[in-house]
Amino acid sequence: MPLEQMNIVIVGHVDHGKSTLIGRLLADTGSLPEGKLEQVREMCKRSAKPFEYAFLLDALKDEQSQGITIDTARSFFNTEKRHYIIIDAPGHIEFLKNMITGAARAEAALLLIDVKEGVQENSRRHGFMMSFLGIKQIIVLVNKMDLVHYSQKAYDHVVSEYTAFLKEINLEPLAFVPIAAREGQNLIPYSNTEMSWYKGQSILELMDGLEKEKSQSFQPLRFPVQDIYKFTEEGDDRRIVVGTIETGSVSVGDEVVFYPSQKKSVIKTIEGFNLPSQKKIESGFATGFTLETQLYIKPGELMCKATETRALVGATFRANIFWMGKNPLIKNKRYKLKLGSARTSVYLKEIVSVLNAAELTQENKPEVERHEVAECIFQTLKPVAFDISSQIEATGRFVVIDDYEIAGGGIITDCIETESLLTDYVKSREFSWERSDISPFKRTEKFGQKPQFIVITGPRRVGKLALAKALEAELFLANKSVYFLGISNLLAGLGSDVRVAEDREEHIRRLGEMSHLFTDAGLLLISTISDLDDNEVKILKTLNAPNDLLVINVGESHFYEFPVDCLIEKDLPIYQAIQKIKELLYKKDILIEYYL
Amino acid sequence: MNHLDKLESQSIYILREAYREFKSLCMLWSIGKDSTVLLWLARKAFLGHVPLPLVHIDTHYKIPAMIAYRDKIALEWKLNMVYGENKQALDAKNTFPDGKIDRLSCCKLLKSEALKHTLAGDWPRYRLDHGQGHYVLDTYTEPYTGVIVGARADEEGSRSKERYFSPRDKQSDWDVGDQPPELWNQYKTDFAPGTHIRIHPLLDWTELNIWEYIERENIPIIDLYFDKGEGKRYRSLGCYPCTFPVESSSKNVQEIIEELRSGKFANIAERSGRAQDKEDGGGLETLRREGYM
Repeated sequence: MPLEQMNIVIVGHVDHGKSTLIGRLLADTGSLPEGKLEQVREMCKRSAKPFEYAFLLDALKDEQSQGITIDTARSFFNTEKRHYIIIDAPGHIEFLKNMITGAARAEAALLLIDVKEGVQENSRRHGFMMSFLGIKQIIVLVNKMDLVHYSQKAYDHVVSEYTAFLKEINLEPLAFVPIAAREGQNLIPYSNTEMSWYKGQSILELMDGLEKEKSQSFQPLRFPVQDIYKFTEEGDDRRIVVGTIETGSVSVGDEVVFYPSQKKSVIKTIEGFNLPSQKKIESGFATGFTLETQLYIKPGELMCKATETRALVGATFRANIFWMGKNPLIKNKRYKLKLGSARTSVYLKEIVSVLNAAELTQENKPEVERHEVAECIFQTLKPVAFDISSQIEATGRFVVIDDYEIAGGGIITDCIETESLLTDYVKSREFSWERSDISPFKRTEKFGQKPQFIVITGPRRVGKLALAKALEAELFLANKSVYFLGISNLLAGLGSDVRVAEDREEHIRRLGEMSHLFTDAGLLLISTISDLDDNEVKILKTLNAPNDLLVINVGESHFYEFPVDCLIEKDLPIYQAIQKIKELLYKKDILIEYYL
Repeated sequence: MNHLDKLESQSIYILREAYREFKSLCMLWSIGKDSTVLLWLARKAFLGHVPLPLVHIDTHYKIPAMIAYRDKIALEWKLNMVYGENKQALDAKNTFPDGKIDRLSCCKLLKSEALKHTLAGDWPRYRLDHGQGHYVLDTYTEPYTGVIVGARADEEGSRSKERYFSPRDKQSDWDVGDQPPELWNQYKTDFAPGTHIRIHPLLDWTELNIWEYIERENIPIIDLYFDKGEGKRYRSLGCYPCTFPVESSSKNVQEIIEELRSGKFANIAERSGRAQDKEDGGGLETLRREGYM
């Protein structure tokens, strides 16, 4: 049988002996490649340096020259019970993001404190970060006992000081262990020859006693939709919703709901490659499903079971965040949020308090700087599905992207009901807008039309563009004040600072903002956009207010609840489609017959 | 779920994440066991399909069986197979086997340089035409912005510091000191124009895991890894002038697993049959910073 595997991270203040501990552990458990120890001893001799176990790990030249661990490195060793992956996390504050990267992969942490130096800034900060990252099993190692002649008094002093700190952050370590990593004291069983006053277990025994992460399958189902695949090669017609089950389990025949869209369907099959057919699947597996009904959903939705506790859906939430970004976290700046498989624009709405993770002091500040932890309120452009992290961890945490980089990590503590970001924005826009002396009514009278934003949507390649242009020409010839705005205009002109084409959300927002200008001027604005969904229409409507929006759908409609104003079959000849739209425009009094 | 299920699920998640976020994505296939497992995982992730090109750097000194195996599998699994090469160096016979340069410089030219330019698209790429059954000049010349690689953390010191999603600058350089954070299954999928990302779905796998998985899934691996009665087999594959078989009588996957778990290879480095690693202290690291996989 293959051995069980476990990731353990080693953290602590710089120079408290992490690399030495790992090097010695590898040596004492016989886990080094043949000749490696001799090779390093030889290298040290040649360069007239005293031998250090830490050199075993410093595989990179860069690191050796600076004498500190820059990045997390992994080493491997086995006990009878398990295969361990030991992650060496840097202790220097400069490399906090690397420490976090290492720790986030771990199921347990060994936290080192130098008995001579005592509890230092990063001993506290790292302890705090472990609890923040959700690591529940922590063993505190009081190192370098050889330097204090294995004094129990010195050990007890560190233990009581650190216990007091951990109490403040509600963290209870599994154990404290006095060790001397360089001397191999208390690393493996029966290696404690100097501290007869210590009756507890060695590191290795404690490690073997750590518990594997419990299965999350008893929780409600949370399946972030990572993608929707339809590969048509070899006549494959499956439409497969793929992702990894974070919590819970799901069976063929179960009714499922997707959030935030609230669309419902039933699991038809569980898909896999080189797998026997399955009827049920549970948390941890990367899998795929086909659904009983043709559902149009996008990556980023969260699939839950209809019969279980649903995820929260909202656009405003309270969270604790730690910041690693080069630039501080500030208000009025657009960031990108990644939560589960969802990606959306996010703004910092309010900083409740900023916490110094090492000193546990709180202060009020207008921004969150690098390496600070803060309680904040965030607001997204569109609603997202999530959980409170104390209930379901995996869907209750997120990262914030600033300038292409992961700059912050957060855990959600509360969902806040409030007006949406856009409603807020539109209110303030309308308030500060300097109105012209020409009233909308006068414009309507003069132009013989009510301003309107006509959006033509539907799947790709159904002739939306041709229809839009033909409609513009038709209305223009009928002396209407009309303008066709292609989405490519947006890309080339106003929207040239939009980074990637996928940044659809920002596109929609800009389109809505522009439509407001055109309709405010009394015009008919025509634009096309593929696969508009319920929520995106809402955004356009909000931004285009107080004027109206007319939605024309060509071909298959992907709307779930939104009532489309006009449905046009895919292959309807253009002149007929235009006729249909014109009839609607007259019916709705958008086009007004001349009256004298 | 056992630990192979966990590794498999994590790799699939990473592959799907890459496919979702990168428009111009490719996967490097060296024909060796790791990248062949990676290819298998892609079929898992994409439910039997491989919707991205597989790129192979042909040094023209590869063990001939490797190329035969590559094309056989590519045709059988209908892969979008692409190869690139350093034509200049080969034409000028500027290679170690031709006696003009040392091993490391040869690696640099035939692999690193060829790879850099093949990924950038400024040197010709050749694509397998399934209709004709041979390679034709590829008309797609855009740079690949996402490159999936089968590197494992346990292979060698420098690889143990890699990220799952690891940025490379315009020169394909790797800044080990300033790598992006990764936490809670969120990776660096946003990148500035001109840079690209290397993606490592196998980072947490060990050599043993690879073989255990090959056994479990019954993956058709190239038979150079097995002893055919001469008491020798390859443990790591590369160019024939610089890669040597190790002494071992393992004839199948099961025997290799046994050998790795308890036998004589338990404490000998996997790449010990690769001559270029030994030329200076940080051979592989130097190569890696300059773009070697």
